Amino acid sequence: MRTSYKMASIKHKNTKRIEGLDKNVWVAFTSVAADPSIVNLGQGYPDIPPPSYVKEGLAQAAMVDRLNQYTRGFGHPTLVKALSKVYGKVYDRQLDPFKEILVTVGGYGSLFSTMQALVEEGDEVIIIEPFFDCYVPMVKMAGGKPVLIPLRLKSSSAASSVSSADWVLDQEELASKFNSKTKAIIINTPNNPIGKIFSRSELQAIADLCIKHDTLCISDEVYEWLVYKGHEHVKIATLPGMWDRTITIGSAGKTFSVTGWKLGWSIGPEHLIKHLQTVMQNSLYTCPTPLQEAVGQGLLRDFELMGKPDCYFTSLALELEGKRDRMAAMLRQTGMTPVVPEGGYFMIADVTALNQDLSHMGDDEPYDYKFVKWMIKEKKLASIPVTAFVGEDSVKQFEKYIRLCFIKQESTLDAAEAILKSWNKD
Amino acid sequence: MIFSLIMQGNMSRKLHARRIEGIDKNIWVEFSQLAADYKAVNLGQGFPDFSPPHFIQEAFCKALNGGFSKHQYTRAFGHPNLVKILAKFFSRIVGREIDPMEDILVSVGAYQALFCTFQALIDEGDEVIIVEPFFDCYQPMVMMAGGTTCLLDLRLKEGCGPVLSSADWVLSPEELASKFSPRTKAIVINTPNNPLGKVYQQEELHMIADLCIKHDVICISDEVYEWLTYDGTKHVKIASLPGMWERTVTIGSAGKTFSATGWKVGWAMGPGHILKHLKTVHQNSVYHCATAAQEAVAVGSQREYDVFGTEGSYFQQLPKHLHEKRLRLADCLKSVGLKPVLPQGGYFMIADISNLNVDLADPSTKDEPYDYRFVKWLIKEKGLATIPVSAFFSPEHKDEFQKYIRFCFVKNGMFCSYF
Repeated sequence: MRTSYKMASIKHKNTKRIEGLDKNVWVAFTSVAADPSIVNLGQGYPDIPPPSYVKEGLAQAAMVDRLNQYTRGFGHPTLVKALSKVYGKVYDRQLDPFKEILVTVGGYGSLFSTMQALVEEGDEVIIIEPFFDCYVPMVKMAGGKPVLIPLRLKSSSAASSVSSADWVLDQEELASKFNSKTKAIIINTPNNPIGKIFSRSELQAIADLCIKHDTLCISDEVYEWLVYKGHEHVKIATLPGMWDRTITIGSAGKTFSVTGWKLGWSIGPEHLIKHLQTVMQNSLYTCPTPLQEAVGQGLLRDFELMGKPDCYFTSLALELEGKRDRMAAMLRQTGMTPVVPEGGYFMIADVTALNQDLSHMGDDEPYDYKFVKWMIKEKKLASIPVTAFVGEDSVKQFEKYIRLCFIKQESTLDAAEAILKSWNKD
Repeated sequence: MIFSLIMQGNMSRKLHARRIEGIDKNIWVEFSQLAADYKAVNLGQGFPDFSPPHFIQEAFCKALNGGFSKHQYTRAFGHPNLVKILAKFFSRIVGREIDPMEDILVSVGAYQALFCTFQALIDEGDEVIIVEPFFDCYQPMVMMAGGTTCLLDLRLKEGCGPVLSSADWVLSPEELASKFSPRTKAIVINTPNNPLGKVYQQEELHMIADLCIKHDVICISDEVYEWLTYDGTKHVKIASLPGMWERTVTIGSAGKTFSATGWKVGWAMGPGHILKHLKTVHQNSVYHCATAAQEAVAVGSQREYDVFGTEGSYFQQLPKHLHEKRLRLADCLKSVGLKPVLPQGGYFMIADISNLNVDLADPSTKDEPYDYRFVKWLIKEKGLATIPVSAFFSPEHKDEFQKYIRFCFVKNGMFCSYF
């Protein structure tokens, strides 16, 4: 006999910490784009295979009995030692693999551990728009208050050729966001969705404010290896006075094109990492062992090749630069204005010039949400609305932009090109 | 830069959030390190020293060679193949139609399922009843969620025979009832229990269920060892009792089910209106779980679904294999003067060490509970790692349970050679 459930028990309601955090742009758009007849340039994952040695590394690891059982909670020794080698070289400092590194479930897990460890009620956290959408809900879940500041398009940029470098912070505006309650600022470089790589001087300006206000810096650098010609990825943690106050986040998923492995890491000083470790040991304890072993082996292999063209970190960026340029050309041809990214694997494009009338779709959503839905339905091409990455106050500034992912194989790009070429033909 | 003697580098403000205060110590970190340092035979932490069954290792190999999609993000709340087979499998056992998309959340091990549950349902001021001895993470997780733990002890019943079994540890009905208050949000039960090995009987679960219904309390049922019961003991799912499905979150583990603890695949199962809150926590904390491992677990679960109840089932073979190991370990322990408590289920056996009169003259441990000191002595002097059972009790009650240590018997080695 099935006991019928008549009234929702008040005790079965959600806790305060997750109030209002149930909505999520991905849940809405990924199911729509799951239709195989739609060319999916929406969610950010490759449809190209990972490097074979990484896959092989996993196959080998799975054959070892011990590697199918629990490993060290804060990170599998092979992996943390490899990370300390690779990043020791990049940071040009000795990194303690056991005290200054934490392995997490993707870059996402590092962000969560950081927020839960270091942010609480009463804290303000500065977030730069457009931002990877989870920053705001994570700050809120930790009880903190997000303080938003948008990147703004320099008025001097030529209308025809816009780069992500043309999007900058207003320095006075940035300084005004800092106060005694500011616990941290989150930066993402290379940035998702714009692809901006913060220059050394831009990072120095942020660093100066962090030091002046004794603020932490959370630097999301998951796309750190995807840097295109003429640009340099700078780690804010290497600027004077910044190591002690910065958590830098990396991702195996983005590094090795294995987003489905969900492994990432936080690197920072012991006095900060130890708090992230406390969160880790009270939330999921340890990450999967064979995956960590394989990533560790992959990193060691590429460590030996660092700086050489066949290092995957370099070769992937080179491969993607071609795709980036191809995508930008396709979009221009249609009449959209792409913002050519300096790094990462996303490109945003301004659709204003298309003058697409979407008034039939009502006006309870920003223009880009309507455009994306219309484009999925009418053109069978999926993308993501950029206002998903901004706060309410900045919607007007960004609602003519859509985000496209270009880490796709040539056949996918061919299919996208076909759609874009025939855009005006109906 | 000059080496800084300041604890926080050059930062002066308070850094860490209050929610992590008091939960930074962890026995596993401490004891695994010690066991590794002394290269001790590890009968401490609960993981097998043998491989997962061949069919699931094969499934993993197939998954990782199964095309690019197996290495990219899958559905956030659980890989479709996995949630579908879990729903099918458990629908048959629980006796109701479980919706794979609404009623199941796949997590990074059962540990993360527990985390999502507490974060989703426990607010400041909420009381959570925890039965001692408990898997050590429950209390810190309740604390991190701002809740208060209300402890209830399993006690050795009167008139036990000389050979102790985990069945001899019971809850007092009056004491259990007294723990429920208007502030009680949830009760956590673990069956088969870690560390005792107790498997709650139907009547005991009914007693708990009646109180949950009476006081409108959520039941969090950690059943990671559900396939490991011995001597014909039956595992009963409290969610299958009348009135309980709508208020129970049941937690399971592929790691324990398939002897692959390092894969960290687990799940929470329950009514959609509760699971949706766990999903909100999940999507704001880790978002996705690794794809290939989920695919492999799905294939392995389908295989077990097809051979369920037959001799070929891993769920028959593993408990059979461990049944013997359990008896063998109990004999070895007795032969050296320890008094084992024979578990009805699970991975572990506890043993009373009070008969041994060992001189634990180690000044570095003199302020610690007796069982902690004994375990450290055993690691350092005998090269054998175990876990002190008072670690599974709250700080308030540690003093009362200092004479037991916990052994994991899911090991291929010859136990007696260790003594």
